[in-house]
Formats: sequence, structure tokens, C-alpha cells
Amino acid sequence: MKGPFDLRSYTGFRAITVLCLIVLYAPLIVVTVYSFNASQSLTNWEGLSLRWYADVFTGPESGKFKIAARNSFVIALIAASVATAIATLAATGMVRGGRFRGRALSFGLISLPIMVPEIVLAVATLIFFNAIGFDRGLLTILLAHIAFCIPFAYLPISARMQGIEDSYEQAAMDLYATRRQAFTRILLPLMMPGIISGFLLAFIVSLDDFIITNFVKGAGVETLPTAIFGSVKQGIKPNIMAISTLLLAVSVVMVTLSYLVGKSDNTK
Amino acid sequence: MAAGAASGGSATTDTYKDTRTWLLMPAWVTLSILVLAPVLMMLVYSFLTKEFRGGVIWDFSLDAYDQFFFDRGLFGDDPPRIEWTYVTIFWRSIWQAGVATLFSLLIGFPTAYFIATRPANLRPVWVFLITIPYWVNLLIRTVSMKFLLRDQGPLNDALIGIGLIDSPLHIVNTNLAVQLGLFYSYLPFMVLPIYAAVERYNFALSEAAADLYASKWVTLRRVLLPSVRPGVVAGCILVFVPSMGSFLAPDLLGGARNFMIGSLIEEQFKGNAGNWPFGAAASMILLSLVLIILMLSARQQARADKGGG
Repeated sequence: MKGPFDLRSYTGFRAITVLCLIVLYAPLIVVTVYSFNASQSLTNWEGLSLRWYADVFTGPESGKFKIAARNSFVIALIAASVATAIATLAATGMVRGGRFRGRALSFGLISLPIMVPEIVLAVATLIFFNAIGFDRGLLTILLAHIAFCIPFAYLPISARMQGIEDSYEQAAMDLYATRRQAFTRILLPLMMPGIISGFLLAFIVSLDDFIITNFVKGAGVETLPTAIFGSVKQGIKPNIMAISTLLLAVSVVMVTLSYLVGKSDNTK
Repeated sequence: MAAGAASGGSATTDTYKDTRTWLLMPAWVTLSILVLAPVLMMLVYSFLTKEFRGGVIWDFSLDAYDQFFFDRGLFGDDPPRIEWTYVTIFWRSIWQAGVATLFSLLIGFPTAYFIATRPANLRPVWVFLITIPYWVNLLIRTVSMKFLLRDQGPLNDALIGIGLIDSPLHIVNTNLAVQLGLFYSYLPFMVLPIYAAVERYNFALSEAAADLYASKWVTLRRVLLPSVRPGVVAGCILVFVPSMGSFLAPDLLGGARNFMIGSLIEEQFKGNAGNWPFGAAASMILLSLVLIILMLSARQQARADKGGG
């Protein structure tokens, strides 16, 4: 089909694709480049420097950012782990549980956190904690994060499980493995790429969340995004560019890992 | 956000049929308590009386919805007139989200098509390139956009540098800035479902059309587009819905005159307004709007599945 009469190619589509990639990446690249700017002001370029990275770790705001970073990473780690465990069990029930009434309803419930607009979920969660008299703080952030991480962990895990034939587990059980053994020794190892991929996505989603965290956090409790938002409200400063670049790098690394792990095929 | 996976996939086996209930229990319990119950509680709160410094008084009241739609004057005893303030904010949100969706479609469709017609082994790499920015913190992306678009920002510098304009364009704090911000935030959501649809498209149909002397653009419009329409609809919904309820883009890029629903709601809980029932009512109205859109599209999708096979 190649050649001058190629039916499939349209003039300009390649150019628009290039434009699309430029649009998607330009803001990220600009922030990364300017985070290495030696200048005190954002407008002028005065050569390469790591001063704003030093400022993030030792400057006047470093104490605030360190606590926020610790909160963010601890919450992301726990929330992603719990959500991944719940999602793995749920995926097994959904994909290996046969047909049952309420299956569509269960899927609806699992995907509810990504169907409801984020601001609505934030309001609902705040109201809920208020109504049951739960004091807002790190624990409320953690609980909210576990809930909205579940669908992000569930989707890659169930996609993976659908790709694994059940003949491996059947063979194990024919050889007198119990169902529990078939699950832990056969299905779980085969599922591992999907589980890791789901965990990493849940981790990033938790690490990056601003809107829900902003609603359910107690006064004085900050995660990295809420701390950054607080600073940005007073104007974009160079140290914000540096901390943004660091967080951006973490996301890109994790998403790349998730992609590579998810792609690997261990069923052969 | 996989709209096509609404059925949860069909390839199921029943190895764990007996333990199914126990396997699903943690997800049911967690999501019922932390998502379903809160949404119901929000519905209840929208019918309560406001406490002046945040929170509610447990007295049934329709004040929140009344305030949203009717103006009864400063002391509440004038004959009710239709209150345009909040309806206007909703209308603006729909408009802004609509324009952002249109931008995304114009850029996203050709991109998705281009990727879907690459050699099969390269497609995942292209898709990966498109998804990376989505996983970067939305706050950071919005701040980056603001930095890029500023009067003294790199975009204006570049445009002046190549002589295209003489004085900087004022983009930040306009409607256009919000539309660009939303477009940028959710563009990958437009590309992915369209890509999936075009990848499944049978190009023999296009060849048949060409054999019958249809030009390439006619083939695109009359043959390809109708076949991939479910993907296009899914993409539009995935951009439109989160755009409508967005908070960061209007807050950081739009300035005070470009208020959207997200900001209105946020102000009731975090800002000075402090009217929880009103915030809950506005959230319910937004949620109803979203559910109507999702239901309509699910019905349309079901009809397409039946018709197209």
C-alpha cells in the first residue's frame, strides 16, 4: 500500500502529530530548562546553575518541602499497596469468577472513582468525614487516596489476567494443587507484571493528586502538590521550577517502568 | 478511563467461582464506604441548612437549590426572579469545556489516525509518548502552561524573536488561556480511544470506496468517520467531562473573571463563601449533568454495538 497512491496517508496528518507532541512536551521541557537557570528572575536567562535545586534542599522553604515530600511518599506507598492488593483480589473475582448477577454493578462500583468528577469526589469525601466526625489529617488523606487508586490499579491488572489462559491453573489443580496453591504459585507470578504496573500507576496518581488532598487534608498538613500550590499562589518562583522538575522526573521514571514491566511477557 | 471496557471484558473463566464473594468483598466494602456513602451523604447535605462558618445545621431545607436558581433580593422577601449568576457560571464551564474538546479533536484525530497507521511494532511506542505527559502532575502541567504563556514567557519571546508579532500577546487571564490549559490537560484522552477505534478499522472498506472513485477526503468523511465514531465520541466525553469540573486551569490560568463550576464549588468549602449545602447542591448538579452525558453515550454505544456487530 505504500507509494504515491497510498490510501491510508493524509497530507498534513504527520505535521499535526508532530505539533501534538510539541504541544504535549513543550511546557514540560520549558520548565525543566528554566529550573537550571542561574537567574533570580524567571524572565532572564543567565546560564546553567543548580542553585535552585540546592535551594529546594537547603533553602528557607526546604523544611516545609521535606515534610511535604515525606507525607506524599508515605501516603502514596501505603495507598498504592493497599489499593493494589484490593484490586488484585477483585480482578481475580471478576475475571476468574464466572458469570454472576451484579458483575456489571461491581465493575461500575470499581470504576466509580474515575467516573465521578474529581471535584465532586473531593466534596463528597470532605462531607463524609465531617458527618461521621472524623478529624481531618494524614489518615483522611490516606483513606481517600486508597479509594481513588483502586480503579487505576484494577485496570492493568484485570487486562493482564484476561490475557492469561486458565489452563496453567487447571493443570496445577489436576496435579493436586489446592486452589489456594494454584493462585499463589501459578496465577500470582504470571500476574506480576500487571500487578507491578498497576501499583506504579496507583503510586503516581496518589503522589500527584491535588484536588482531593486539598479538600480532605487538615489545617497545616501538606503533601507536595498542596505545598507547591500554596507557593504558586504567591507567584511562580525558580525553586518551584526545580521541585516541579524533580516530581516530573519521578512520574516519568515510574510510568516508563510501568510500561516496560507491563510489556514484558512471562507466560511463554 | 477505558470507556470501551464498560463491560469489564468478556473473557472470563470460573476457577474461583466459590470464593468470588470473598475476593470481591474488600473492593465492595472500601468503595461503598469511601465513595458511594460520601456521594449519598453529599446529596443529604445539599438539603440541609447552612452553618455560617462552614458545616451544616441538621434542618431540612431547599435553600441551596433555591439560591442556585432564584434571586429573592437582599432580604429574601422580593418576588423570586431567575438568578443568572450561577447558571452563567455553569454555561461558561460547558462552553470552555466544549471549546477545549473541539481543539483536542482537531489535533487529536489526525494524531490518532497517524499513529494507528504506523507499523504495528511502533504503535505502542507512539501511544506511550502520547500518554507520558498525562501522568505528570496536573498542577505542574498547569503551572508550566502558565509559565509558557506569560507576557514575558518563552512563547511570546519566541514569537517576537522570529518577528511574527511586535508586542507580547496577553493570553494569561483570558478565556483562551483556560481553553488552552484544558486542551493541554486532557489531550491524551482524545487520542487514545480514537487510536483504538482506527486500529480496529478494516481498511478494505477504504479501498472499496477508492475503487468506486471516492476521493481520499470523501472516503475519510463518509466511510472511515462513521466506522470510528464510537471512538470519537468516547474521546470527546473523556475530554469534556473532566474539563467541565476542572479547578486548576481556571484558577491558575483564568484569573477572577473566568470563574468555572470547580472554582464555585471550591469556594464554598475552602474559600470565604463557606456555604456547604450550596457547594453540595452545585456538586450534585454537576454530577447529574455528567451522569446524563455518560448514560446517553452508553446508550449510543450500545446501539452502535448492535448495529455494527
